[in-house]
Order: sequence, then C-alpha cells, then structure tokens
Amino acid sequence: MKHRALLIVAGLVGAGTLAVSLSVAAAGTSRPAAPAKAAAYPAPKVPNAAAIKAKYHGQKITFVGDSVGNGHVRDLALAKRFTKDTGIKVNVVPHPAASDQAYSDLVRNFSQKSSSIDVAMIDVVWPGAFAPYLVDLKPKLGKQSKIHAPGIVAADTVGGKLVAMPWFGDFGLLYYRTDLLTKYGYSKPPTSWSQLFAMAKKIQTGEQKSNPSFYGFVFQGNAYEGLTCNALEWIASAGGGHYIDNGKASINNSKAQTILDAMRAQIGKITPRGVTSYQEDQTEHAFDNGDAAFARNWPYQYGIGATAGSKVKGKFSVAPLPHGANGKSVATVGGWQLAVSKYSKHKDATIEFVRYMTSKPVEKFDAITNSNVPTIPSLAKDKQVYKTNPYLKPATASVARVARPSKFLKTHYNEASKAIFQGINQILNGTPAKSVLPALQSKLNTILKEK
Amino acid sequence: MSTAAEAGRARTRPTSRAYWLRRSPVGRFIKRLAFWVLIAAIFIYALFPFYWAVRSAFTPPSELFNTPIQYFPTHPTLANFRDALNTDFFRRALLNSTIVAGSVTLISLLIGSLAAYALGRFRFRGRSAVLYLMLSMTIFPQIAILGALYTMISNFHLYNTLGALILTYLIFTLPFTVWVLTTFMRGLPGDLEEAAYVDGATPIQVFYKVLLPLIAPGLVTTGLLAFIAAWNEYLYAVSFIQTPQNYTVPLAITSFVGKSGQAFQVPWGSIMAATVIVTLPLIAATLVLQRRILAGLTAGAVKG
Amino acid sequence: MSSVATPAPVSGRRRRRTKLQRRQSRLAWLLLLPALAVVAFVAIYPLGKTVYQSFTNQEFLAGITPTKWVGLENYRTLWHDTLFRNSVIETVKFTLITVSFEFVLGLVIALVVNSSFKGRGLMRAVMLVPWAIPTVVAAKMWQWMLDDVFGVVNDIGVRTGILSHPHAWISDPATALASVCAVDIWKTTPFVALLLLAGLQVIPRDLYEAADVDGAGPVQQFFRITLPLLRPAILVVLIFRTLDALRVFDVFYVFFGQRPDTQTMAIYNQSTIVGDGHVGYGAAISVAIFLIISLFVVIYVTFVRVTDE
Repeated sequence: MKHRALLIVAGLVGAGTLAVSLSVAAAGTSRPAAPAKAAAYPAPKVPNAAAIKAKYHGQKITFVGDSVGNGHVRDLALAKRFTKDTGIKVNVVPHPAASDQAYSDLVRNFSQKSSSIDVAMIDVVWPGAFAPYLVDLKPKLGKQSKIHAPGIVAADTVGGKLVAMPWFGDFGLLYYRTDLLTKYGYSKPPTSWSQLFAMAKKIQTGEQKSNPSFYGFVFQGNAYEGLTCNALEWIASAGGGHYIDNGKASINNSKAQTILDAMRAQIGKITPRGVTSYQEDQTEHAFDNGDAAFARNWPYQYGIGATAGSKVKGKFSVAPLPHGANGKSVATVGGWQLAVSKYSKHKDATIEFVRYMTSKPVEKFDAITNSNVPTIPSLAKDKQVYKTNPYLKPATASVARVARPSKFLKTHYNEASKAIFQGINQILNGTPAKSVLPALQSKLNTILKEK
Repeated sequence: MSTAAEAGRARTRPTSRAYWLRRSPVGRFIKRLAFWVLIAAIFIYALFPFYWAVRSAFTPPSELFNTPIQYFPTHPTLANFRDALNTDFFRRALLNSTIVAGSVTLISLLIGSLAAYALGRFRFRGRSAVLYLMLSMTIFPQIAILGALYTMISNFHLYNTLGALILTYLIFTLPFTVWVLTTFMRGLPGDLEEAAYVDGATPIQVFYKVLLPLIAPGLVTTGLLAFIAAWNEYLYAVSFIQTPQNYTVPLAITSFVGKSGQAFQVPWGSIMAATVIVTLPLIAATLVLQRRILAGLTAGAVKG
Repeated sequence: MSSVATPAPVSGRRRRRTKLQRRQSRLAWLLLLPALAVVAFVAIYPLGKTVYQSFTNQEFLAGITPTKWVGLENYRTLWHDTLFRNSVIETVKFTLITVSFEFVLGLVIALVVNSSFKGRGLMRAVMLVPWAIPTVVAAKMWQWMLDDVFGVVNDIGVRTGILSHPHAWISDPATALASVCAVDIWKTTPFVALLLLAGLQVIPRDLYEAADVDGAGPVQQFFRITLPLLRPAILVVLIFRTLDALRVFDVFYVFFGQRPDTQTMAIYNQSTIVGDGHVGYGAAISVAIFLIISLFVVIYVTFVRVTDE
C-alpha cells in the first residue's frame, strides 16, 4: 500500500506523544505546586494536641474538602499538620468543582447512610438540606462558635441544632478600574445601579475605540447558582425582597420587575452579549485582561488581579455593590462550612478536626495563604490578614449581608435555586420580567409546599 | 464506437454541456480543480478543530487570552502539557478509562462471540426473537434507566467504582457486538463444522479451534468499536462516579480547574493540552485501523 | 444467508424435532445464557423498575416519608409540564436539523470521495477522526472556538468581513441551537459519509457505464441509479442518526448546563433525577422519552414497509 509508510508514521507520532507526555509528567512534581506564600506562613499547630492524641490516636477520618486547586493544597497542608500533631489520619478528598455536583454527591452519600465521609465542606445554603444527616455541634463546639460572625452561625443553626461550623466566608463585591474612573472624570465609584450604567456606558464608548472587546460591566449571568447570588443583590438592593420572605415566595413584585428589566436592557449594550454564559472565571478573565470597567465577583478575584504581572495590578479597587432606587447596598453571603456526618464512625475525632480547622489561627492561615474571607470578625483587624485581603476594609466588609432562602427550602433548595436561575437567565436573554416572574413565584410556592 | 457516442450526443441535447465538460481539456481541468478544492475543504473541515486545539495547547496561558488572536503560537511552550499531566486526576483518568474500556471490550467479545456462535451457526426456535431483541437493544435510550441503575448500583455497593461503569457499559457494547459477530459467523461456509464433528470434536472445540480464528477480523473490529464507545461515554460516568480519583477521561476533561486561582478559573490551555494528549493516540489508532473500523460499522449497519 | 450445520427440516417430513435438534437447541440456549443474563440484568430489569418507579413518589432525600404508590399522578403532572414539552420540541428541532444536514452533506462528501484517487485511504481515515473523539472533548474544543471574545470563529468571521462584530454564538438564544448543531454536524457528517460511501461502493460500475452509453447525464444517473441502489444504506443511516439525535446529552450539557431554553429531553430527565432528586417523577419522564423514541421507530418501520413495494 502506498500510504502504509504514512500510516506507520502516524502511529509512531501518536505513540511518541504519549511517551513524551508521560515522561514530562514523570519529570515534574506529582503534586500541584504550593503557592510561595504558604512556605512563608506555616500551618498552625494543634492546641491541646497531646490530649487529643491520647484519646483518638490512630483513627482514620475522611474529609471532603475544597476542589482541586489552591483550596485543595491548603486542605492538604492543614490535614498534614493535624495528623502530625494528633496521630489522627485525615484522608482529604477534593469535591467536584461545580457546586451543584458537589451537592448531588453529598445527597447520594447521605441517602445511602454511608460512613465513608466523616466531615464535609458544605455551602452556606446547604445546612437546611442536610440537617437531618448532620451531628449537632453545639455541645462540643458551641463555645467556639461564639467567636464567629453571628449571621453565619445563625445560617448554620437549623431547628436549634448547630449543624455546621463556619469556615470561610464570601460576599459579593464591585470591582472597578480606578485609572479609568479618573480618566473619564469620576471621583468615586457608583452608588446606584443607574449611576453604574451611565458610568459604564461612557467609559465603554471611550475605550472601545482602541479596544473593541472592552465592555462596561461584567458579572455572572449563566444559568447556575452564581446567578441566584448576583440577582439577589440586584433585587434586594432595590427593595424587591429575597425571592422568598417569611416562608412565601415574594419575587413577583414591581420593584423586582423594574430592576430585572433594567438589567435585561443592558445585555449586549454595556455588557458583552455572552455575559449570560459567564461564570466567575469569565468575569475574572475579562476584568483582569483589562476588558471591563466594572465587575461583580467574589473576594477571590482580588488576589489574582493583584499578583505581579497582572495587567490591572495597582489599577483597581473594590467598593460595595450599587443599590436600586431608594434601596441600600447589599452583598450575597457565600462561603463554606464544615459539617460532621451522623453516620460517621469517628464522630469525636472528627469534631476535634473541625475544632482545629475553624479556630482563629487556622482561619488566619487560610486568609493569608488563600485570600479566603475569615468568618471570625476580629481577624479582619489583624494587620497581616488585612494586608493580603484589602477588601476587608470597613466600607466593603460592613455592607449588609443577604442570604439566599435556603432556610425555608431545606432539602429542596437546589430545585428552587434552579427555578430561580433559569427564570432570571431567561429574562436576561430577552424575555420581559412580567412574563417570567408570576410563573416563577408559583413554582417557588409549590416547592415550598413539598415535604 | 464513435458513431454510438455521436448518436448519443445528437439524441440528448441538454447533457451536451456536461459531455463537453467531461471530455475537453479545459473542462477536465476545471473538474479536477473543483474536485481537489472539495477534498481540501473536507480535509480542513474535519481537522481544523484539532489544529486549533493543538495550537491552543502550545500557547502559554498568559497569551491565550490576548487579542488579536495568534494563529500560530509565537512562544510555543510545553507548560500546558506539564500542567495537564501534573493534574493527578487526569493521569488517573487515563488509567481508569483504559481499565474500564479494556474490561468492557474483553467481556463483550467473550460473551458476544458465544452468543454469535449460537445465533449464527445453530437453528432453533426463538432465534429470530433473540436477534431482534439484540437489535432493539442497540437503540435503547440509556437515559431512560438512569434512576433505576443508580439504585441498583448503590445496592450492590458499586457506586463510585469502576465496576459500576464496566457493568453498565455492557448495555450498549454487548448488543452491537453480538449483532456484528453474528453477521460474521453467518458469513462463514455452512458445512465448516461438519468436518470437525466427523473428527469427534465437541461444539466448544469447534468454536475456539475452527470458527473463532476465522472471524478474527470481526473480533478486532468489534473490539475496537466497543473500546472507543466505552472510552467516550459520559452520561453514566458523570452520574455514577464521585471522587476525582475514579474519573474517566471525559469526566476529567470537563473537570479541569485553574491552579493559580480557586475553583472558578477555566484553564483553557491545560484543557486543550489534555484534549491533545487524549486524542492523538485515538487519531493514530483510527488512521492505522480505519479499514477494520469501517468494516465493522458497515457490517453492522449496511449489510445487516 | 448461508446454511447452518443442523439439517433443515425438509417439507413433507414429520415435524418432530430430532434428538440432534433438541440437543442443538439446548446448547444454543446455553451459549446465549451469559449474553441474555447481562441484557436482562442491566437493561430489562432497570427498565421494569423505572416503569414501576414512575407510579410512585420516590425521592432521593426522602427523609422519613415512605415511598407510596401514586398511580398516574406523575403522568398527569408531566402532561402539563411546559419545561418537558419545550425539551421535547428542542430535541425534535435538533434532530431534524442535524439529521438533514448530516445526510445531505454526508451524501455529497461520499459522492466526492467515491471516485478513486491517490490518498483516498488517507481521506477515509481522516474522515473517521471526528467520530472517534469523545463527544465532550469535541464539545469543549468547539466551546473554545465559539468563545464570544477569544474564539477563533469570531476572529475569522470578523477578519474576512463576514461578521461585523464578534457574536456570542452560545449565549444568544437565536444562535444557541445552531452552535450546538454545528458541533454534532462536524462530528457525525464524516461518519455518515463513510457509511454512505460503503453503500456506494457496492453499486456496480458497469451500470454507470451503460448509462453513459445511453446518454444519461450525471444528474439523471444520480436519481435513477445511485439513489435507488443506495436506499438500504440511506435508511439504516437515517434511523440510527435519528435515534442518536433524540438521545442527545453530552454536547448540550457541556455548552448550556442548566439553561432553561436549551434543554433536551435527556438533560431535563437527568436534571430532575440527579439534581432535584425526584426519582418517581423522573422515572415518568424516562418512560415518556422511551415511548417517544419508540414512536419514531414505529414510524420508520412503517415507512420502510410501505415504500417497499
């Protein structure tokens, strides 16, 4: 055959690629590289380690922690320290990156009454869903919970039981380009949404002349949990409620309609048309690439933009998100908690682990090495913490927090959130709010009635 | 000869231009040109996305999001490949997928060839029924039994194990294997076994000494198709596998997260590098074995 | 079909099964046992269980409420479920678009590649490549190519002047379905072309030569010789592609996730079971999907039989 030689070459190329790749991998390290900051700041030692060691030495617990990346690295470092000091072996399993997948995985684990997970990292909106399957931490950790932010502790308390300990927080921020504001004659960031729209439009018109991919405002508009968070900030800041208030769906009101329609009108005008597919990473890329004047994102974006080599280093800052007419600025609460499974075979050892992870020194470690928001208010004043997390300044840190309505939805939170983000995504993609909100309200009420 | 052609030409006026195109040197040249342009178009159409994946894989992450877009990486780097291969669960995924696809293929071939032996070389009541059952299984919608499968899998404590995938993948590999191998079995001469029976061979001996070697090409073909189908499966993998250690390749590719950030960054460079690592061997295998693959597909679809 | 080893019953002989036939029959069933067992266990039993579940209100996170029989209630809800109805419409639209494009394009490509030329084998191999790639991998590649800011499709479009500005192919509802169809068409057209090519190559050359002598033009030859003789291959390709398209999941999942206006039947089903935890209602959806697909099969079989005079 004439092209036999060609086929043999192709086969060799394929095999060669595989061989080269594997050797490249072998030459490299087998663990993701730890950030340089971690080396400078070590994992704190475990208080009361000797007593813990005496009682629980040798036990093995499984911890479902942060997804692969910096968070996983932090988990490994802390687990290693904990094992070294107490002799309790901690098996760290990263959870899937997608929040709803992590949720489904935990659902499956609990519905099988499996003892394979002892402690899991759970989203701030999940305690209501998983409460029947979690250990009450109040007897052993109630005292420690008092140093954490009371709002978060309240979110973690279901039916009088403290089902999870706050671990690190998150809240929505407005990122803005300080240099562009100055260039176009603005002295401070916008305080209302209409102001933001106007400023974004002016800056965008000017910048697009030299950079056609520049847009005024980017946020998370994809049909996923992040949109529930973003939209809550718009609606609550305009006086439109919190999707569900006092146990009943409240989304179908004129204030919510107005702000949602206002956002809809801006899609493709001061935002990229594709913003309805954006999640956190696209938002961060756009802003850190210099292609956006304003961005709504979580605090994690700050650290990335501030690293050496970033295009926007030194050119941006954060502010509270704008509010609607006659409203006040709010920020959606995010963040993660640690919860102990009631099917665990090593509850006491696990609780000691949780005690360590949610202690002040470890939260400080997390804040400095991973720029995670500590849930202990006193840490915000710590100089080292403040240095790596400048968004902890009072102006942004003290903004009123709003929570998603997981309290009322319990095990059906995922389903309700899906109805919410699907409805809002539909509005952003062009359907007027008054065609979507009534159906959304009745769907939410139906879900609320589900046992 | 020429009179017939001329007579033909005179008779059918409307095709004369086509005739001219076909015969005259200019017409021939245009035809050839158009032909090769079309071939080139098909070639580019099939392969451009790969070129783009390769180009993105070799572009440093900092330049991936530059505008204007570079069509050829100016600073090619192996960094993305290193990142992809350093990702623990990606390496494991290559291993896991090989285990799953390999096991499914072997089991399908073993069980399938036995069944094909029965269906292709024996005559018995119910044979057509079984054949139609196997055919209808090839159009079975996997999504329809997802919930029930999940319950079964957790009852057998197979959840989050490769065993769950090996078991459930048989749903789509086994019927197709049986169907194609039966066609091959039926294609063999009818009195093949008689000589062996006369020599005192048992049916099983006839099976692995006489028939199996003869349908060896069919085994290779269906084995390949089963392997590729199992390798590429996503729905069951995403529903039954939980921990990254047990991911298969499709799951791993969709689970890449950035290293320098938290769970929110999509590292297109590493994803494309992983894609290249995964697809190059597949492409090579396809190029080398394309005749086998085609034989199997057509045996199952066209002749069957 | 070739004959088999057992002696066939000759007409006129008594229809009593010989000892040999009975033994052959037993052996055949024994050989079939593993395959049938697997099929029964991983396909038939779950299907039956799904049907049963569709009549209950089973949930994943049921807590303490026991699962109970609810009869046709799930189906009543399903009938009024607009999300499900939209997903069926979306799936059918996707099926119609992709199958027609793939068929027409595939036929054209098959005709082009059918002539013998240097490198035909390589061409065939190259055409198989998109089919061999995992669908999610292909989806990821296209997602990157269709990116609204950094995508190469937009770049080429703007540079060549076809587009006035970059377009958000995936986000814009007007082009969302088109973008997902593009991936499927890219991936499957070559495969369709190869199957049709195999069918084309079975057609004897001398039929065309005779037609040439008779003065028939290429168009006439196509409709009079090629299409009728290609019919079996075309029918097989159509039914398999249609059924594959009706079950589509991977590409939509990668591109759109949970986006409401672009859900297919499979995505809606998976999201109801795995995301919401409604096992009973999800089972009803599964049964409905199964029935819809069976309906297409019945239509197809009837069509084949009717046009098979």
